[in-house]
Amino acid sequence: MAKLEYAPAPESRAIVDIASSYGLFIGGEFVDPDDGTPFKTVNPATEEVLADVSAAGPQDVDKAVQAARRAYNRVWSKLSGRDRGKYLFRIARIIQERSRELAVLESIDNGKPIRESRDVDVPLVAAHFFYYAGWADKLSYAGFGPDPKPHGVAGQVIPWNFPLLMLAWKIAPALAAGNTVVLKPAETTPLTALLFAEICQQADLPAGVVNIVTGAGETGRALVEHPDVDKVAFTGSTEVGRQIARSIAGTPKKVTLELGGKAANIVLDDAPIDQAVEGIVNGIFFNQGHVCCAGSRLLVQESVADELMTRLKRRLKTLRVGDPLDKNTDIGAINSAEQLARIRELSEVGEAEGAERWSPPCELPDRGFWFPPTVFTGVSQAHRIAREEIFGPVLSVLTFRTPAEAVEKANNTPYGLSAGVWTDKGSRILWMAQQLRAGVVWANTFNRFDPTSPFGGYKESGYGREGGRHGLGAYLKGAA
Amino acid sequence: MSERLAVKKTYKLYIGGAFPRSESGRSYEVTDARGRFLANAALASRKDARDAVVAARKAVAGWSGATAYNRGQVLYRVAEVMEGRHSQFVDEVAASEGVNRPRAEKLVDEAIDRWVWYAGWSDKIAQVTGSSNPVAGPYFDFSVPEPTGVVAIVAPQESSLLGLVSVLAPAVVGGNTTVVLASEARPLPAITLAEALTTSDVPGGVVNLLTGRTAEVAPWLASHMDVNAIDLTGVAGDDELARSLEIDAAENLKRVVRPPAAEPDWATEPSLNRLTAYLETKTVWHPVGI
Repeated sequence: MAKLEYAPAPESRAIVDIASSYGLFIGGEFVDPDDGTPFKTVNPATEEVLADVSAAGPQDVDKAVQAARRAYNRVWSKLSGRDRGKYLFRIARIIQERSRELAVLESIDNGKPIRESRDVDVPLVAAHFFYYAGWADKLSYAGFGPDPKPHGVAGQVIPWNFPLLMLAWKIAPALAAGNTVVLKPAETTPLTALLFAEICQQADLPAGVVNIVTGAGETGRALVEHPDVDKVAFTGSTEVGRQIARSIAGTPKKVTLELGGKAANIVLDDAPIDQAVEGIVNGIFFNQGHVCCAGSRLLVQESVADELMTRLKRRLKTLRVGDPLDKNTDIGAINSAEQLARIRELSEVGEAEGAERWSPPCELPDRGFWFPPTVFTGVSQAHRIAREEIFGPVLSVLTFRTPAEAVEKANNTPYGLSAGVWTDKGSRILWMAQQLRAGVVWANTFNRFDPTSPFGGYKESGYGREGGRHGLGAYLKGAA
Repeated sequence: MSERLAVKKTYKLYIGGAFPRSESGRSYEVTDARGRFLANAALASRKDARDAVVAARKAVAGWSGATAYNRGQVLYRVAEVMEGRHSQFVDEVAASEGVNRPRAEKLVDEAIDRWVWYAGWSDKIAQVTGSSNPVAGPYFDFSVPEPTGVVAIVAPQESSLLGLVSVLAPAVVGGNTTVVLASEARPLPAITLAEALTTSDVPGGVVNLLTGRTAEVAPWLASHMDVNAIDLTGVAGDDELARSLEIDAAENLKRVVRPPAAEPDWATEPSLNRLTAYLETKTVWHPVGI
């Protein structure tokens, strides 16, 4: 019998209203840039231009930092924790009310499937604001001293893979702790941050407490290096993280960095194979693999490798790649032409270095940026696809014989953000979890996130934690 | 009757549990606070620094894998052994720092008590900084502190013993191993401390001690790719060197403890910040179900 085809189930775009051009959000208002230049943001699934956005220049950034400083001195630092919290609760509620709009806009600007933006990103965004709202009047209970103080003005730079969620991870704890912020969203995904600015207005958040400056790397640099920024928070590549660490050397600025990863997802011979297959798929193909903690290295015990690979490939044939707004879509568009080129390049290197490349048969749309789910087998630790962050739907498969060998291979990377373990044996899970040099270990699951759960890396995956009580500490003085 | 000729001590480096001379064969004169000759100390080289890092890395698995109870006992043992050598430490601190005996005694007392304070933290820090996280789903989720790895410490220049213990003990108690660059002008109490450590069940390689020129050796530690964190306390006051070391440290994203503007009063009770500076938070998730 022929397989039943899916009928298209597109989510309506009517709910979002994208302006033809956007200014910067400074001091509570959208303003035209002083020395900025316009750039375009496109829908990566269609290459359709969505809007003109302003790349903030140094003067614009300075204006935004001044606005944040003013808001800090005059309003936010004088407000009670209770009232700060209530503003955050308000924001959380508006996010819930406008959740569909945010999800659709996120999928349009980012390319991620609506199923993910609707069911993962946006609910977590609201949850983050809700969680940190509750901390605002309880800072003295957080274990950072009897009366912990905020840093002042936080300069925050976020990536394009989870635009709104990363915004929430940055802004919610910063505001709860009593800081004001200037946030720069990624140049390819500015729209939901600008919609969030509108939400701040709806919540009557005092002007200047949140400022959004759009732009690319230069805008980010101007923000990070601005002398009146007290605290820098960055999520992005390890290379830029290094530059930031250098640029703030010798200054009193505090910094947290959430950088790249090359996570091992380890499947032991006693693992529940079907669950492991689902975890592997979620680990590397969630959000097109544009995930810093993606399980991009599958380490599978030799004795179960053949069976696992057979089942994994069978599962991958069922993945649906295509229109991000279709509710049946599993894998959406690659975020940008630049990222697509990087994924292609590394995949070609993988083949050239001798690994075996496989993708399920799948039709890709003619326009837009697409890459099929791809698996490399026969990968060795020396291969670039086993060492470098590809940041795309590309899985490198390596094998091992003993748990000790698995740990050694898993840890054989300068990164240390996350890891996965699949086994039915409790003591082995805990032993593995202890041995893995990674900030998050998912055992018999993968890619789970929660506002109460501290997230961040070891080694060159950065420092500091986001989420939970630990994430609050990053925005308070005296908390190391 | 003639006076007995004293047997003088040779002050050497402390690497991997042994006391070698500098591989460079170099030494430098250490004087007391008034400029009188005290001893020759080893002048550590880049190679010594690298050897020390290798020794520290080798010791990570054993020390970080030891139980917190065990680490606490070892640290307490350091205090015990120091107590037995109390007067020797007093002599050396008095000579090195140019303080009178009562003052030196107080500094040594504090240094010993600091080990006791940190010893007690070994099996409590995880309960204070760890957590069970109430995630919105059927998962058991917890966070625990774990040691960062190899910590390089540029020890305070002025406080030769109390300052040193105040920066060393918090790194070690959390399960890290260390490479310490002692006070350049006042290294002798540090070497004597190493002698106490080696007889206190501190495994070889957990603490490695170098003496020499800060400006020469610190950059090798700051730029070493197998060092995970660096404490720059000993370059307090030298903003240019501190900045350059911090830039070196960025290469592999070392955790950096920046120097204070000036050396603090080490006698005040420490906060937890020096301890948590060398701890990573690990979060573990597992589904709950039947």
